[in-house]
Amino acid sequence: MITDHLPILLIVIGFFGAFFTPIIGMIRKELCSPWATFITMLQFLISLLLLYNVITAGNISYWLGGWQPPWGIEYAVDILNAFVLVIVAGVCFSVSIYSRKSLGLEVPGKEMPLYTLYILLSTGMLGIVVTGDIFNLYVFLEIASLAAYALIALGDRQSRMASFNYMIMGTISASFILMGIGYLYVMTGSLNMADLSRLIPALYGSPVLLVAIAMLVVGLSIKTALFPLHTWLPDAYTHAPSAISALLAGTFTKVGIYALIRVMFTVISPSYVIETVPVMSMLTWLAAIGILAGSVLAIAQYDIKRMLAYSSVSQIGYIILGVGLANNIAMTGGILHILSHSLMKVGLFMVAGAIIYRTGIKNIYQLKGMGKKMPYTMGAFVVGALSMIGIPPTIGFASKFYLAWGALEAGNWVFVVVILLSSLLTAVYFWRIFENVYFGVHETEEIKKDEAPLSMLLPIIAFAVLILLAGLFASLPIEVIKIWVTGVLP
Amino acid sequence: MKAAPVSNDIILRTGASIMVPVILLWGLYVLIHGAIGPGGGFQAGVILAAGFILYTTAFGLKEAKKILSVKLLMVIASTGLFIYAGVGMLAIIFGGNFLEYGVIPIGRTPAEASKYGIEMVELGIGLTVMSIMLSIFYDIALKEKGE
Amino acid sequence: MVLELIFTKYNYIIYITLMTIGFYGMIGKRNLIKKLIGMSIFQYSIFLFYVSAADVSGGTAPILLKEPAVYVNPLPHVLILTAIVVAVSTLAVGLSLAIRIYREFGTLDEDKILELSK
Repeated sequence: MITDHLPILLIVIGFFGAFFTPIIGMIRKELCSPWATFITMLQFLISLLLLYNVITAGNISYWLGGWQPPWGIEYAVDILNAFVLVIVAGVCFSVSIYSRKSLGLEVPGKEMPLYTLYILLSTGMLGIVVTGDIFNLYVFLEIASLAAYALIALGDRQSRMASFNYMIMGTISASFILMGIGYLYVMTGSLNMADLSRLIPALYGSPVLLVAIAMLVVGLSIKTALFPLHTWLPDAYTHAPSAISALLAGTFTKVGIYALIRVMFTVISPSYVIETVPVMSMLTWLAAIGILAGSVLAIAQYDIKRMLAYSSVSQIGYIILGVGLANNIAMTGGILHILSHSLMKVGLFMVAGAIIYRTGIKNIYQLKGMGKKMPYTMGAFVVGALSMIGIPPTIGFASKFYLAWGALEAGNWVFVVVILLSSLLTAVYFWRIFENVYFGVHETEEIKKDEAPLSMLLPIIAFAVLILLAGLFASLPIEVIKIWVTGVLP
Repeated sequence: MKAAPVSNDIILRTGASIMVPVILLWGLYVLIHGAIGPGGGFQAGVILAAGFILYTTAFGLKEAKKILSVKLLMVIASTGLFIYAGVGMLAIIFGGNFLEYGVIPIGRTPAEASKYGIEMVELGIGLTVMSIMLSIFYDIALKEKGE
Repeated sequence: MVLELIFTKYNYIIYITLMTIGFYGMIGKRNLIKKLIGMSIFQYSIFLFYVSAADVSGGTAPILLKEPAVYVNPLPHVLILTAIVVAVSTLAVGLSLAIRIYREFGTLDEDKILELSK
């Protein structure tokens, strides 16, 4: 049955699609973008099927080349994998629809390399999520990162320097991860995650294990842009083409967080990273500082994409906070926030891209009258922003509620205060935009309605609707996540 | 900016015309030998690319592009990956897992089929690595002329 | 004790030294090409760590021989082969970025570029 081969098809279709793009580009340049949409759609459908299969039939393990896991590479899919897969593939798919017009304007005439890299990035990220082999994770991480560096460098004048700095940071991160994997391998002689989790308990107390954990945590924290290591993120997201900013904001950092969760809770056991070595509580405090610092820095920005980028730093803090608190409820909230932040931030970045597409305005103080000019787009923006602040019935409310509840459950009042304070700060920086968009008086000209093209508007509206729907039916994803969380945490 | 250097050095040109066939042949040897000895697609691809790069430095970018244009390189890279994915999918069609060469009915035993399968995959990898390496070189050499 | 550690574990000391040099190059140098050189040293030091950690003194390549022999675990070498390909690709991306930056700003000095891009 072909359904047995879904995990590998996800990757093979992607690589095939990526390397076939140049040939399609030679025939007709305009076909590249529909091709990318088609490939990412296939990946999205496969991810949905995988999620369905995992929920109904249990975990999937796929052996490459028929080799048994500790020796061969294994693709292991459990609920966490499948959940993140659906998010990543879904975002890649919808942004690819959006990107045709947006990238056509911002990066004209480069469809062929652009969509090759686009599919490579998508496949690399899916590969990180689907693999059960820790070295394979590194390889996919590098594939995705290389594609991301090149995609960011296609942006405006400063984008190359942003991309270069990101590359330096990204290489440091990947090298640290490689070193961490090396130490784990030297100690255990295994690279399979499930096998490692069996072998590592014998090594508790070994200083080499501590070094390995330190390396992995630092490396993955750079990839996720956790607070003190976030410096690459604002520049990269500001100067990249808008569609690419949307894609990266929605997926790449989430994939980093997924890898962090996987390494900490599957490869190394939860009890070790929570109790014996307090890695997780350290991450939690960094995340709490990051939540506030990101929000405060976002208030100081006047470029809309830069503001959203700093707000990403803050939101990533929420996810790590939930994961780091590591009780059932906070963990559920953290993983749910992966979904909600993807929906919100991709939607908001797409709106920013649509504004840039129609008017070229990036400064939020020049957005006056935009509420009349692009009513549907700005309506979607309001929904996304309300969700960021955490107002019911949006999905942002559900995940923040679970995070706050989890912090209470952990008996840590400081984090509850941090979450509430940060919500206020979020309201402050989005209020500036609302004020300008709806209440700002445009002096000179009569404002005509000039909505974004349909192929851009459709994904934007879809994300806004999804934010509301996911908020109304939040129990659905929560139930799914809870199955995984209760299986992992004691 | 200067044009990409076309060497008039007779030693380089004569040396290259002797060396390039040998390097390419050696690359092919490493490629074919990959399944049973040290070697394989990555190394062979780099050796093959090195041969062409030597050719390019001796005879100039124009001559080299007559043999392997950028478009052709793209096609070769895609073909290489297509071979790799194709062999993998072939294994799925014959009821195995991805890249489980043993189930493909070539050769008398699964082990032999495995060997042929690996060689096909190595061929694909070799072609892709060679063309990507060369196109990186072309790109950087091209940039010197100002696009 | 310390001396013994140095003589028996010298590969780790070399790897850490190289890594630190590379790290300094990446963070401390302002010239983009020097940063890339630092990046390469940094990455290669880790490759050295993998390969030297896998070495068995007197071991041969893991090829089937007539009589059994001590052989070196080939897996780290294979892993590093992959990592080398990744490193080469990263370097290629970095160099082409540096070329684009140079053509845009006419300099490779990070401070000057930041000044120009204001």
